[in-house]
Amino acid sequence: MTRARGRLALSPSAWLGAAMLAVFAAAGILGPIVAPYDLSLPRVELAHQFEASSAAHWLGTDASGRDTLSQLLWGARSALELSMIVVAISSVSGLLIGTVAGWFGGAVDEIVMRVVDVLMAFPGILLNIAIVATVAHPGVPLTIAALCANGWVGYARVARGQVLALRDRDYVTAAVAIGASHRRIMVRHLIPNLIATTVVQMSFGLGGVILIEASLSFLGIGPQLDYTWGAMLEQARNFLWNTDWVRVYAVVPGLAITWVVLGANLLGDGLRDRLDPRQRRRA
Amino acid sequence: MAIGSVLVRRLGSGLLAILGASLLTFGFLHLVPGDPVDHLAGGDAPPGVRAAIERCMGLDRSLPVQFVSFLGHVVDGTLGHQCKSGDPGGPTVAARIAEVMPHTIALALCGMAVAVVLALPLGIAAALRRGSWLDTAATVISLSGIAVPQMMFAPLLLLWGFVTLRWFPGPTEVGPRAIVLPAIAVGSHLMAMLARMTRSTMVEVLGEDYVRTARAKGLAEHRVVLYHALRNALLPVITIVGLQFGSLLSGAIIIENVFSRPGLGATLVEAIRERNYPVVQGAVLVIAVIYVGVNLAVDLAYGLADPRVRRA
Repeated sequence: MTRARGRLALSPSAWLGAAMLAVFAAAGILGPIVAPYDLSLPRVELAHQFEASSAAHWLGTDASGRDTLSQLLWGARSALELSMIVVAISSVSGLLIGTVAGWFGGAVDEIVMRVVDVLMAFPGILLNIAIVATVAHPGVPLTIAALCANGWVGYARVARGQVLALRDRDYVTAAVAIGASHRRIMVRHLIPNLIATTVVQMSFGLGGVILIEASLSFLGIGPQLDYTWGAMLEQARNFLWNTDWVRVYAVVPGLAITWVVLGANLLGDGLRDRLDPRQRRRA
Repeated sequence: MAIGSVLVRRLGSGLLAILGASLLTFGFLHLVPGDPVDHLAGGDAPPGVRAAIERCMGLDRSLPVQFVSFLGHVVDGTLGHQCKSGDPGGPTVAARIAEVMPHTIALALCGMAVAVVLALPLGIAAALRRGSWLDTAATVISLSGIAVPQMMFAPLLLLWGFVTLRWFPGPTEVGPRAIVLPAIAVGSHLMAMLARMTRSTMVEVLGEDYVRTARAKGLAEHRVVLYHALRNALLPVITIVGLQFGSLLSGAIIIENVFSRPGLGATLVEAIRERNYPVVQGAVLVIAVIYVGVNLAVDLAYGLADPRVRRA
């Protein structure tokens, strides 16, 4: 049914997911510009701590009297930057590593797969924590490095598996027969076939990165940016017992994270159903 | 291939992965700028105490010797000493891990129970009534279970159960009543994943020929669903349960943090913060062993449960 509607036909839920991610992207790009308060200026007004919603502060204020809505928008900027960079680096490097391992096989494949085994021998977030904990105040580059350190593994495993299935195809054999170089075979004949599944993984990966980054910030070891959603959640948790408006402050960044992860999953599901014919009869 | 030789091969690559994880941790710890003795002893400790801690951790020896001595401590079962005071006769790393393991195991079991009890009926019902309001509800529940961050859900659960209802004890307490809220928090996330998985494999299995045959020969619907479809649909679900159980055992870090519960994950995060090398090394080793072991067990269970896999 989907096929009949043309190449780009996606289910309504996938479009909903894409729209949700578009809202996130817009908030990330425009957020700090349209935010009602400029948070780059240090401003602490304890008299306005945890204020209720008002015309001046639509979503109230935090423990230092800063505007919640502005923090949310600034947090969207850092979440967008971080997740785009991490997903881009992880997917490209994973795709290349997996393709090389699957195509050359032998010792190359063995080494790559042993590294993959090691990285999968403990939960990913522990490795992320271990890396960011190497310095007292991890910056954005270190957090990105930590998330990429095991981020590529999933992409590489899938790419390798697909290359193993593709390498015996007639058109690949034909390319080898006419003397195409390894590079040409990988770039022209293998990787184009891997793009679809990689895009599906990237969509799910975006949600995963947002969650892990927020977890790190929540544990107090995230990128030491001024405003991240995880750091907002951590602040809210510390004041949870104080007033009713802390609860609003706790829910706002949580819902923002939910929004992005939900959008990423809906889009990922839709893309997978569309691009992977094997999966299409499911669900 | 005989199942024995597969087992040997898998054990071998598992051991290699565990060794690799230990080496990786070891490498990382020694890349860390800053003196671990400063963290453990405090900046103004007398030189004697500092020297004792350094000797206890083996920092006065070369890196290869340090790694070999760590492996020695793995063999003798102590995993090394904590070295907090520099007293080599002090409590061992194994003792510190053994102290928190019961809490971790209890939380993992309870969280898993919550997840399985809710997810299986939900997933099966959704698959049987595809497109109904029940299916939509199941999809919404499982999607939100995946998307709602634990960092929001767990504190609000604590607020509701402890402050508003006053039914459950607050953080830092341990005991049978105190595990309820953390188990719900852990289980809700798992439940979401399991329900999705159960639904999609049930939908697939219900379309198989053997289910049609079972219906055609006039079996009661509940027999078809329970004995013919569910048994087959459970295989991928068991895989997820197993793998997630492994990650729960290695610590539900966020949940332990919110509820201030002792546990393996909390111990590891604390040890990383205080740069306690022997504890970090030991905890990573235990986690890697659990993880690799559970993976292996899941694969074996899979082979035993499904004759089609055994040949592969």
